[in-house]
Amino acid sequence: MNINMTLIGQTIAFAIFVWFCIKYVWPPLSQALHERQKRIADGLDAASRASRDLELAQEQAEQTLRESKEQASEILEQAHKRSTQMIEEAREQARSEGERLVASARAEIDQEVNRVKDELRAQVATLALVGAERVLESSIDEKAHREMLDKLAAEL
Amino acid sequence: MAADNEMTAIYYIQHHLQNLTFGKHPENGWSLASTSQEAVEMGFWAIHLDTMGWSIAMGALFIWVFRKAGRMATTGVPGGLQNAAEMVIEFIENLTRSTFHGKNPMIAPLALTLFIWILLMNSLKLIPVDYVPEMFGRLGVEYMKIVPTTDVNATLGMALGVFLLIIYSSCRVKGVAGFGKELALTPFNTWLLAPFNLILEIVGLLVKPISLGLRLFGSMFAGEVIFILIALLPFWAIWMLDVPWAIFHILIVSLQAFIFTTLSIVYLSAAHEHH
Repeated sequence: MNINMTLIGQTIAFAIFVWFCIKYVWPPLSQALHERQKRIADGLDAASRASRDLELAQEQAEQTLRESKEQASEILEQAHKRSTQMIEEAREQARSEGERLVASARAEIDQEVNRVKDELRAQVATLALVGAERVLESSIDEKAHREMLDKLAAEL
Repeated sequence: MAADNEMTAIYYIQHHLQNLTFGKHPENGWSLASTSQEAVEMGFWAIHLDTMGWSIAMGALFIWVFRKAGRMATTGVPGGLQNAAEMVIEFIENLTRSTFHGKNPMIAPLALTLFIWILLMNSLKLIPVDYVPEMFGRLGVEYMKIVPTTDVNATLGMALGVFLLIIYSSCRVKGVAGFGKELALTPFNTWLLAPFNLILEIVGLLVKPISLGLRLFGSMFAGEVIFILIALLPFWAIWMLDVPWAIFHILIVSLQAFIFTTLSIVYLSAAHEHH
């Protein structure tokens, strides 16, 4: 066993073979590997994007729900407020109406009283006249005393 | 001079085709064979240390690389090694799924092991034929044939392993009696022709591992011989034939590994089927 040029020849051949592999055998393999890697990466990306989208949608839905709940409660509150207000108004109205009624009744009463008083006054004069006529048993000059008696009645 | 050259060439070829044999020599006892003649004289009780060593080394390399890939495995985008390992595993998985019709979780790992192991062992052939033997020659090791699959012991050994699996699967799926019955009653379904059937089926059964082992061995051995013959050319001419042959062998190396794997799966699939 001795080293000779065969070894050099084999080395040349091996070098060419390795060059060939690097040039023509490795690239398609490496490309296939890269494609596979890229496919997986894309798949994972899509999955994470989808999950992010889902999260976002969920969040949005939640927010919408929250907003609508808020709105509903606001509306409810408003309605409540309004109903209290209405009740308050109605109460106020009723009170004022009552007061008005009371006032008008009172005014009527006053009016009646005044009317009765006037009537009384009118009658007092007549009664006084009649009474005086009876007392004096004589005819009194009606005209002469009417004026005086009217004055008296007005003072009542 | 011509005769001398011829002698050198014959010596060169023989030297390259001789395994490093350790065995029981009738005269020297347990020892390394120092010539081909001694190796032959050792008979059956000998072992090819180079075949064993290189095949175990390739097996270890396979396990180491794939274990490393498995340990580094992430569920995210796979890195280089994991990506390559996944690609190979996917390939084997598809092959198994399309070829194997029984139910056995062991088949795909077996196919992966066979494929990668044979591929690695065959690939040793692409290293120039003189490199490693020369190196070991310097270290005082006379013979070194680095491609285990050019040794019929290695290929028939693997085929024997597959054969034992075929027998085991057949017995497990059909039962020993069922397996015997299958051997006795096909192709002619009558007890009258049972002996004839038996001879036919047993020959058919034995041919499977032998053809499996010899196919791989023949292809690899022939390729190796051509490489050695090419190496006998003048040094400036070697590359002209060596390079095309090596490039062609990229195909042969993977094709033979693929064929061995596929046929093993097919045989095991047949063993799992009821007739």
